[in-house]
Amino acid sequence: MSDDKTPFISCKNLSRVFVKKLDFAGKIARTLGSKIREEKVQAVDSVDLDVMPGEVLGLVGESGCGKSTLGRMLCGILPSSNGDIFYKGNNVKKMSTKEALHYAINVQMIFQDPYASLNPRKRVNQIIGEAPLYHGLTTKKDLDSYLEDVMLRCGLDPTYKNRYPHQFSGGQRQRIGIARAMAVQPECLVCDESVAALDVSIQAQILNLFMDLRKELNLTCLFISHDLGVVEHISDRIAVMYLGRIVEIASVEKLFSEPFHPYTQALLNEVPRLDKRDVDFAPLKGEIPSPLDPPEGCHFHPRCAHAMDICRKVIPEIKETAPGHKTRCHLADV
Amino acid sequence: MSNELLDIKKLETFFYTRAGIAKAVNGISLSVDKGEIVGIVGESGSGKSVTGFSIMGLVDPPGEIAGGSIKFKGEEIIGQTEEEWRSFRGAKVSMIFQDPMMTLNPVLRIDTQMIEAIRAHEKVSKKEARRRCVETLAMVGIPSPAERIKSYPHQFSGGMRQRVAIAIGLLNKPDLIIADEPTTALDVTIQGQILSEMQTLCRKTGMALIWITHDLTVIAGLAHKVAVMYAGKIIESGNVQEVLDEPLHPYTHGLIGSVPSRNKRGQPLYQIPGMTPSLINIPEGCSFRMRCPHADEICMKEPDETISDNGRMVRCHHPL
Ligand SMILES: Nc1ncnc2c1ncn2[C@@H]1O[C@H](COP(=O)(O)OP(=O)(O)OP(=O)(O)O)[C@@H](O)[C@H]1O
Ligand SMILES: Nc1ncnc2c1ncn2[C@@H]1O[C@H](COP(=O)(O)OP(=O)(O)OP(=O)(O)O)[C@@H](O)[C@H]1O
Ligand code: SF4
Ligand code: SF4
Ligand SMILES: [Mg+2]
Ligand SMILES: [Mg+2]
Repeated sequence: MSDDKTPFISCKNLSRVFVKKLDFAGKIARTLGSKIREEKVQAVDSVDLDVMPGEVLGLVGESGCGKSTLGRMLCGILPSSNGDIFYKGNNVKKMSTKEALHYAINVQMIFQDPYASLNPRKRVNQIIGEAPLYHGLTTKKDLDSYLEDVMLRCGLDPTYKNRYPHQFSGGQRQRIGIARAMAVQPECLVCDESVAALDVSIQAQILNLFMDLRKELNLTCLFISHDLGVVEHISDRIAVMYLGRIVEIASVEKLFSEPFHPYTQALLNEVPRLDKRDVDFAPLKGEIPSPLDPPEGCHFHPRCAHAMDICRKVIPEIKETAPGHKTRCHLADV
Repeated sequence: MSNELLDIKKLETFFYTRAGIAKAVNGISLSVDKGEIVGIVGESGSGKSVTGFSIMGLVDPPGEIAGGSIKFKGEEIIGQTEEEWRSFRGAKVSMIFQDPMMTLNPVLRIDTQMIEAIRAHEKVSKKEARRRCVETLAMVGIPSPAERIKSYPHQFSGGMRQRVAIAIGLLNKPDLIIADEPTTALDVTIQGQILSEMQTLCRKTGMALIWITHDLTVIAGLAHKVAVMYAGKIIESGNVQEVLDEPLHPYTHGLIGSVPSRNKRGQPLYQIPGMTPSLINIPEGCSFRMRCPHADEICMKEPDETISDNGRMVRCHHPL
């Protein structure tokens, strides 16, 4: 039952809480009656999101707001604390082993941190070639040409295939990560800041590559980035996240021309552009809230110029302000 | 010339690998004044980080500084003893790395690491050191710094780890900070805040800053001067406004053209044709020759630096 109307991946009410365990001293203090508690971070808070087949959905938001955590849960590599994930309409908790394997291969994640995600003791040809060989996408005999193909596609010189990750520059390592994901021919990519370490000329190649692959293979993509210029360029829709919640989601045109949420507006103001010269960088107003102790009501109220009484108490619902344009702000109540 | 803080002349840093000699930094010259913000941009693998490592004395075998000079406040630092390096690093120049885990020790709590970083250079009480650490964490936008300083690095998000690494770089108030793409993984509001702090520090204290990045848009807003690197060489440098408005080198021109926000949405971006040359087999003549739309026979000969009166430098036989 997968058609164009069924989201490729979606989630309902998806949440993730991280608990920082008490250390030994903390435990003793607690048994002695101190009010000390385990610290909890609500990294992702009741997120509903649909990624439609063939679309590129951009996910932007402040550092630490939970983008990676959400992306990792959608890929099935991090368990959720609450809520459901659907792969082509099927709840992943109820899938057969075969379906689960399909989901695991078909949805690939490209990581933010190419240093941590590449095994330093493996050569590049092993890193890229292991999975396609294991899944029978190529044979031992054809592996070399298969690898060469994937590496060239991702802008890597195939003559480097016997090197180890540390022998590459940051940007080259990022491309190894992309090549590793592309090597199993997935239908869906979750890209976590995957062009962050690339300079613009290679970024242009990779973004062009994404756009080509997407057209050629009808690739579905969740694109996590802080770079609004990049997200603007390649996405169909953009979701804006703030302290664990999605606060606005709209088509790119609408989001850039008529941002509704005050946080989205602030974000758009800060985008560095080539024609903005000799900027007087102004420190942001309002304290950045702690995810350990998020403000009540609307998480953004301590920094919001439009904050009203209700904002300090009541969590705004997500509302549709125009067809396909949803926001989580009390200004949309009226 | 009392304003000059750092003066690099014809620096060469090579890696002696089994496949051959990789000339990661191949004769660059660059100067930085007190309070000045200099941007270094260039393609991945062009030698930006290795330039930073060279200034910090952090080039390890098979790498080696093969030639040139680096003067800091007039004194040569190449060939310093390990002891001299230790008091130099952190206190006079500190580097904020692309990967925050190069600064952070995963098995130690943040407070342990930060307090140690202060006390390695200065005799202050633990209490005073902790106060300064918390203050610096607040400055780079870590919420509830007094509590979160007790965390381990893995308990922070990627962006917050980077902010902690930046804070460590600032702890000893160095004369020069080398920032190696530290905000590439951060969102724009936090990036804006960190840039604001850095800018204020430079203006107030005369701290100088070398900002290494591939992101021309950040350089546009932040730096006074920019140096564009390609295959181990600086191929163009000068005042930011002039370089961005009227690039002289074909490579700089291409770089500016491939910035996403300037292109139409969904359309292919301008792509500089070809690939970065392998640093082991740099083509003879101009190293950009294979990718350059203006290349001709003269370009088979390596172009020299041409410096104009206003301090603009370009290495090209046919500047635009
Ligand atoms: N393993 C973990 N243990 C405890 N807390 C965690 C863990 N992983 C993430 N967190 C917390 O969850 C929150 C969200 O982190 P996440 O990495 O998803 O943010 P992000 O939006 O991807 O940020 P960035 O843009 O900086 O990468 C943060 O407050 C972070 O400290
Ligand atoms: N330990 C090493 N052994 C061999 N070659 C190395 C080593 N470290 C760096 N290099 C080479 O030196 C060149 C310059 O690397 P550097 O890390 O300075 O690039 P960069 O300009 O910082 O790139 P990026 O933007 O991707 O970080 C690269 O081609 C890299 O492969
Ligand atoms: S709900 Fe209130 S505080 Fe939150 S963004 Fe809207 S107006 Fe501002
Ligand atoms: S020297 Fe020749 S090949 Fe090199 S950038 Fe200039 S025109 Fe192009
Ligand atoms: Mg992240
Ligand atoms: Mg680098």
